[in-house]
Amino acid sequence: MPALQEVRGPSALGGGRQRFFDLLWLLAVTEFKRVYFGTVLGYLWSLIRPLMLFGVLLFVFTQIFRIGSEQVEYYPVMLLLGIVLFTFFQESTTNSVTAVVSQEGVVRKTQFPRLVIPLATVLTGLFNLALNLVVVFGFVLAFGVDPTWTWLLLPVALAFLFVFTAAMSAALSVLYVRFRDVAIIWLVVAQMLFYTTPILYPVTAFEDPTKEHLLMLNPLAVIFEQVRVWVLHEPQAPSAVEAAGGVAGLIPAAAIFVGVCVFAVWTFNREAPRIAEDL
Amino acid sequence: MPVDDATPIAIQVEDLHKSFRIPTSRVDSLKERVVRPFATRDYRELRALDGVSFEIERGEFFGIVGRNGSGKSTLLKLLASIYRVDSGTIRMAGRMAPFIELGVGFNTDLSARENVVLNGVMMGLTPSEARNRLDAVIEFAELEEFVDLKLKNYSSGMLVRLAFSLLLEVDADILLIDEVLAVGDAAFQQKCADAFHEMKAAGKTIVLVTHAMAQVETYCHRAMLIDGGRVAAIGAPDEVGRQYLRRNFERAGDGGGADASGAGRDAAVRMLDASLLDAAGERVNSVEQGEKLRLRIRIEALEDFAALGVGYMIVNSSGIAVAQLRALVGGEPPPRVKKGERYEIETSADNLLAPGHYIVHCGINRVLEGGIALDLPSAIDFVVFGGDEDRGLVTLPQETATRPMGAGDR
Repeated sequence: MPALQEVRGPSALGGGRQRFFDLLWLLAVTEFKRVYFGTVLGYLWSLIRPLMLFGVLLFVFTQIFRIGSEQVEYYPVMLLLGIVLFTFFQESTTNSVTAVVSQEGVVRKTQFPRLVIPLATVLTGLFNLALNLVVVFGFVLAFGVDPTWTWLLLPVALAFLFVFTAAMSAALSVLYVRFRDVAIIWLVVAQMLFYTTPILYPVTAFEDPTKEHLLMLNPLAVIFEQVRVWVLHEPQAPSAVEAAGGVAGLIPAAAIFVGVCVFAVWTFNREAPRIAEDL
Repeated sequence: MPVDDATPIAIQVEDLHKSFRIPTSRVDSLKERVVRPFATRDYRELRALDGVSFEIERGEFFGIVGRNGSGKSTLLKLLASIYRVDSGTIRMAGRMAPFIELGVGFNTDLSARENVVLNGVMMGLTPSEARNRLDAVIEFAELEEFVDLKLKNYSSGMLVRLAFSLLLEVDADILLIDEVLAVGDAAFQQKCADAFHEMKAAGKTIVLVTHAMAQVETYCHRAMLIDGGRVAAIGAPDEVGRQYLRRNFERAGDGGGADASGAGRDAAVRMLDASLLDAAGERVNSVEQGEKLRLRIRIEALEDFAALGVGYMIVNSSGIAVAQLRALVGGEPPPRVKKGERYEIETSADNLLAPGHYIVHCGINRVLEGGIALDLPSAIDFVVFGGDEDRGLVTLPQETATRPMGAGDR
């Protein structure tokens, strides 16, 4: 006969670590399978969207504005890589905003570790990203980029991207329960982040070190720039450290990164016990 | 249920408090926060639970009853760790199935197979345990042919069967259930009852929360009445049931009642008893389809009336008024009713109601002057069982004539 134990109420992680990770994994896998097998074209849809965007932007920025093609040796590859990575960030966070609210039934009627809901959304996005990266690396090789050992560093950059995305997603999902205009605000902010990250243009496009340093305030810009350097190893592309003007120049971005993570943990822990009541 | 000191405690609740802050003007956009950052946000404090303490022993089937808004669902959600307690403690021995409603968390876009695994993990199994028990779940639910069918193509009966057999297979020590028993046909009800007996034999503890006394008297060993966030009574189900009805009557008659319809304003009649009877005249809380529905009410006049009438409104579990019954106090033509006189009125009708759970609202009317002398919401509640799993509100007595048509027929 088990002994009496105090019931502690709902929390972000409640119900044991094993159950948390089991649930996280199962939810992400079933959602991924549902999208994968649920429609006729299945997974292709999650590839077609970034590819269409890629096609349009490639046309505009090589035929009309010519920003990229003149300064970047592998502009199409850089563009595609950036779009696929940003699609992961944008779709995961946007889907997470409404995730907790749309799982209302589960949240209000079962004891469920609340953090699983946004994290499963991000994990599903990560599965998509992994598949999309296979296509991207097909392009990379097709454009004649030689494989180098720095490719092995890509998971490090992806890990930072995943943590940042997960933190954003968790914070947004729980803030949306209280403030419904978070959804609209986030659309705008995500759009701003897209343009302040070197995806369409290389960092060097400014031809002004101060502006490069400013750009490196955005943690996403740091990650994306470093991915470009590691994957495409173009001699003229500055590393994130160089673009920021030294290691010290990266401190603000690192502070923002850590700040977002701390804010996410704090706000989620604060709100999690009351989500069911506020819905 | 033999209660002795050696029986271990499964759930122990001490001095539980929970209140909700209901904003009188809800601020749910950042814009409003920004535009009026210092606007005083007014809250109305709603005390849902106010010092609740009780203990449930292992192997007990424990019923919690109360009117809507009495705090019983809040209590269940606190037990299930869905809400956080304000103060007080809850202790539990053993693993709890953290589900308070059958089928919560089913994803209708997924097959039964995927849902069983997912839900099993939600209830605390590991994924491999959940996969191992899949066959047993599907077999008990008699859904072998449909295991790969998406749940959106399931009938509601199939869904309930799946959810219920899953609940049985997860092996939780403590089950929390919110009004699920009045579903399905008689055969399914029997299956539920059998399953609950097995659970009891296995030493499992079941907590059932409902506003239907009938379910509590049918299944529970012990019951607790919650009223206004406090424990009003705890003990044998029939005793708690009587208290529950008495409180409902008092509330309807005490002038300040919950009903603004003028119920208590001029309560000029006192209710002595209201019940459903079987053919032998015994009080019951369920009636088989096709049997006579016998409603009996006993009243005492607190003033003189030119004539009194009784009206019953039978409401089903969806809140739809299905049928109305009327009777005159003292027969036809109605006699004058004098202060202090007592009457017993028994009304019977053919029971055409579809199987399910019903509530009877009862009103005593001044027939000649008009107006209500006494209003008793939820005076009686009962379950209709038997028959097939019919759709619709009533089962009509039917006759069919059929014959082959010859060539000359048009």
